[in-house]
Amino acid sequence: MLPSEQEMETRLWEYIDGMALPEEAAVIEKLIASQREWSVKYNALLSIHTDLSKHLELEAPSLRFTKNVMEEVARLHIAPAASSYINKKIIFGIGAFFITLISGFVIYAIAQVNWSSGTTVTGEFDWTKIDFTGLFNNQFVNIFMMLNTVLGLMLLDRYLHFRQKKWKKQP
Amino acid sequence: MHPGQTDNELIELVKTGHQQAYGQLVTRYQNYVFTIVLRYLSSREDAEEIAQDVFIKAFKCLADFRGDSKFSTWLYTITTTSCLTFLRKKKLAVQSLDNEKVMADAEQVDSGMKANQVEQKSKLAMVNQSIALLSPEDAQVITLFYKGEQSLDEIAQILGQETNAVKVRLFRARQRLRDKMEKFFPHEVRDLVH
Repeated sequence: MLPSEQEMETRLWEYIDGMALPEEAAVIEKLIASQREWSVKYNALLSIHTDLSKHLELEAPSLRFTKNVMEEVARLHIAPAASSYINKKIIFGIGAFFITLISGFVIYAIAQVNWSSGTTVTGEFDWTKIDFTGLFNNQFVNIFMMLNTVLGLMLLDRYLHFRQKKWKKQP
Repeated sequence: MHPGQTDNELIELVKTGHQQAYGQLVTRYQNYVFTIVLRYLSSREDAEEIAQDVFIKAFKCLADFRGDSKFSTWLYTITTTSCLTFLRKKKLAVQSLDNEKVMADAEQVDSGMKANQVEQKSKLAMVNQSIALLSPEDAQVITLFYKGEQSLDEIAQILGQETNAVKVRLFRARQRLRDKMEKFFPHEVRDLVH
């Protein structure tokens, strides 16, 4: 079966770019040598490749370009590498703090559930009968909601502050 | 001056306080950076400003360059990011790779001008003017591959894409370039093939 033009081009470009595996390259070389269709297409693509390699030009900026950059650079210092001022211990510390906090909340929440209410008289455990009111009806939920409200208000405040600054900057 | 030194040697000099060595790097790469920026922006003034910013940003962040990749790859990554940020800020329409409508519009605009000049085009003009008719993404991939001395892996790193995606993009970009050449430079293309 004859390959589609698209497939032929893909294989030829891989061959021209030197990306084809040695076995594939050998097959393509044979096809170019034996089949006119492959040879015509190969020559057309090779011409484009050669032209791009030879004739593609780079644009040049103004003559003062390097001077302008160096004048700016003279006023600057190289910033310290990000890795030098990001302390890994602090990152791990923050991570550990949040993991401990979340684990604490989860353990506390589980402790508030009345697990014994799920045990029936026959000794079987019924998930639907567990009393979750201790979890949803106590201080834990109130504190959680309060914390979220405070965080939400802080976020809103920052957003409004940002909007105000942006508005002031506009001419 | 430090004409014979490698990029990494020049970078080490800059890091140790020899700021003038950076001038050598700027001279070495200014045309590459400026050309890539011009693939995205039509205005030479804007392009020059962005290209300068690229070198200033690169200088400031030089301590972060660890030498894992080539300096040019790192620099072209900054260039691409700066261009995209600039375009986003300016809210200019970036021609998408698959946006055929935008491509068709560009063809319509250019066709009138190009058609009249077809007879006089040299190969040089044919290649460079056809590149200018491509989308910024196509033009950039071709420029990086043929002029920027970047491998497909390095281009993938610059564009933040998979190597295979870049390979397909390069194939398609050349296909589109050939279509442009055939459309606007039919005589030259015929001479090329035969």
